[in-house]
Amino acid sequence: MLKILKYSFYDLMRSRWSYVYFLFYLALGFVLLFLNNDVSKAVITLMNVIIVLVPLIGTIFGVMYYYDSKEFTELLLAQPIKRSSIFLGQYLGVACSLTLSLVLGLGIPFLLYGLFRSDVIFDFSLLLVTGAFLTLIFTAIAFNIALSNENKIKGFGYAVLAWLFLAVVYDGLFLMSLIIFEEYPLDSFSLAATMLNPIDLSRTLILLKLDISALLGYTGAVFKQFFGTNTGLIISILMLLLWTILPISRLAYKAKRKDF
Amino acid sequence: MKYLNGLLVIIFLFSGHCLSAKTISVCSSCKIKSIKEGIKVADEFDTLLIKKGTYKEFNILIDKPLTLLGDKFPVIDGEDQGEIIRITSDNVTIDGLFIINVGTSYTSDYAAIRVVKSENFLIQNVVLEKLFFGIYLEKSNNGKVYHNKIIGDAVDEYNSGNGIQLWYSKNVEVDRNIVQGVRDGIYLEFSDNITINNNISTNNLRYGLHFMFSDDDTYTNNTFENNGAGVAVMFSKRIKMIGNTFKKNWGTAAFGMLLKEINDAEISGNTFEENTIGINIEGSNRINYKNNNFIKNGWAIKVLGACYTNTFTKNNFLYNSFDISYNSKLNDNVFDQNYWSNYTGYDLDKNGIGDVPYRPVKLFSYIVNRTPETIVLLRSLFMDIIDFSEKVSPVFTPDNLLDANPLMKRTK
Repeated sequence: MLKILKYSFYDLMRSRWSYVYFLFYLALGFVLLFLNNDVSKAVITLMNVIIVLVPLIGTIFGVMYYYDSKEFTELLLAQPIKRSSIFLGQYLGVACSLTLSLVLGLGIPFLLYGLFRSDVIFDFSLLLVTGAFLTLIFTAIAFNIALSNENKIKGFGYAVLAWLFLAVVYDGLFLMSLIIFEEYPLDSFSLAATMLNPIDLSRTLILLKLDISALLGYTGAVFKQFFGTNTGLIISILMLLLWTILPISRLAYKAKRKDF
Repeated sequence: MKYLNGLLVIIFLFSGHCLSAKTISVCSSCKIKSIKEGIKVADEFDTLLIKKGTYKEFNILIDKPLTLLGDKFPVIDGEDQGEIIRITSDNVTIDGLFIINVGTSYTSDYAAIRVVKSENFLIQNVVLEKLFFGIYLEKSNNGKVYHNKIIGDAVDEYNSGNGIQLWYSKNVEVDRNIVQGVRDGIYLEFSDNITINNNISTNNLRYGLHFMFSDDDTYTNNTFENNGAGVAVMFSKRIKMIGNTFKKNWGTAAFGMLLKEINDAEISGNTFEENTIGINIEGSNRINYKNNNFIKNGWAIKVLGACYTNTFTKNNFLYNSFDISYNSKLNDNVFDQNYWSNYTGYDLDKNGIGDVPYRPVKLFSYIVNRTPETIVLLRSLFMDIIDFSEKVSPVFTPDNLLDANPLMKRTK
């Protein structure tokens, strides 16, 4: 598995797209800091970017890579290598190179602008951790979709739809249901609904740091318990881990049974 | 003239013995062993020098003009029996005492130091601990409460008292006190022309500072941190609030400042930082908000209704989750030349003023007012989209509620 991971990783490191992705984050980081000159405000803006763009790029990249390297995969399948190591190796190769681009691309400008001297270092590292999680989750989802669809166009379509659903539509439905059922006690429901969407989950994780004063404005014991203590942080991170493990295990399971 | 002067000196020298104030020492090894005994033997305008030690006394009544001066903070222990010092005379000074264990009562407000119907009092350098009420001024005018430290251990609102309470008192100066862990740090009821400066009021159960029916008061350069709510100003007129800091008042009903039925006030140069609600305004008219900083609050300003002709100018709104929240479609307040960190417009003519007006009320804040649970959708992409569409064509928010001249740079 490690060999395939290494191969995929180096393959991507040599490809133009990783550089484009890395340079994009580098430029974004520098521009934000240049315009704001305020690390804490830049962190807020970055949050908006990360919870929308990182999943999108992870999805597209994952699907693209899978279809692109399909012939190579078939070649590998003819060798005496375990199937799960082929697919997991490829998946981890993509996810790691994307995460690396993200962490380096954003880390370098912030380091240069004196991250260690400011008090947002914890917020910023939380942002990077969430970004890394989102990359892992959405690349895994993309691989799942690609694996289940032979047709490239269909695969792409489903992948983009999955992103659109989780990033935008889900929140819309969530909001509608909250407003329709506003007479009922909704705090447990709203927290549960947040847990079921990785994008919402990472958003909550960041909100816990940035907007805690607003979140505590709501009267409700469940919210208070969740947002007011460390429970929220711990549960969110555990859920993100679960969200990473689930698609990966499905990927391994499907890959074993797929007929090529 | 020369002779007259000499004569005067001689007269003063002879009469000095009975005219000038004596100093009476109180200590465990002195002739006078208790404070009560000291007050009994003292003449008017004498000084009681209380030496270091512990005095287990309560219901000490000061009924003549005296100075009680503590030497190295002598302890007066009330042993939870009741009130400790009661002042009923004008011109009393209390300086440098350490008072602990004031009794708790549900029928009378026992205080560590109570001033009743007296003038020209001075209470300074006093430390109060384990108290019910701290310093209680009752119908007493023209005094000064200076540099005291009040440390309570209040747990519940119903059985705790206030740090410094003024009731029907006028022209009092409350300066450089530290109040923490009581119900209301400083409480004013029917008290006019009070100045409250440079105090630090923290960790109180209810309010850091609380006004009720008190007019023409001024408070400047105070710090209110981590109270139930920073300052509550209710039913008062012409209050000046300048240069104060309101910090970290977090919770479901926590405000940096709560204004209720306040008219003609001035609020300028204050800093509101990391409060759930910076200012909560209800039924308040003709107030000028100028040069305030609202930083990282949940809601910078929450307007609940019946607020007319207020003006907000040259304020900085920095990184608040919501800048302004309104619950009605009617707006009669003016927002002009503020700096909004969420402003996304441009300034083509480079005059420092944005060319596009800024709308501080987001649609999302309406939704949160209606269904509070939706707060978990804060900063989601979907919310940004509907906020944007509301910004382009306002339907739910008052369409004249805007800052026509948003500043491009924050004001100093």
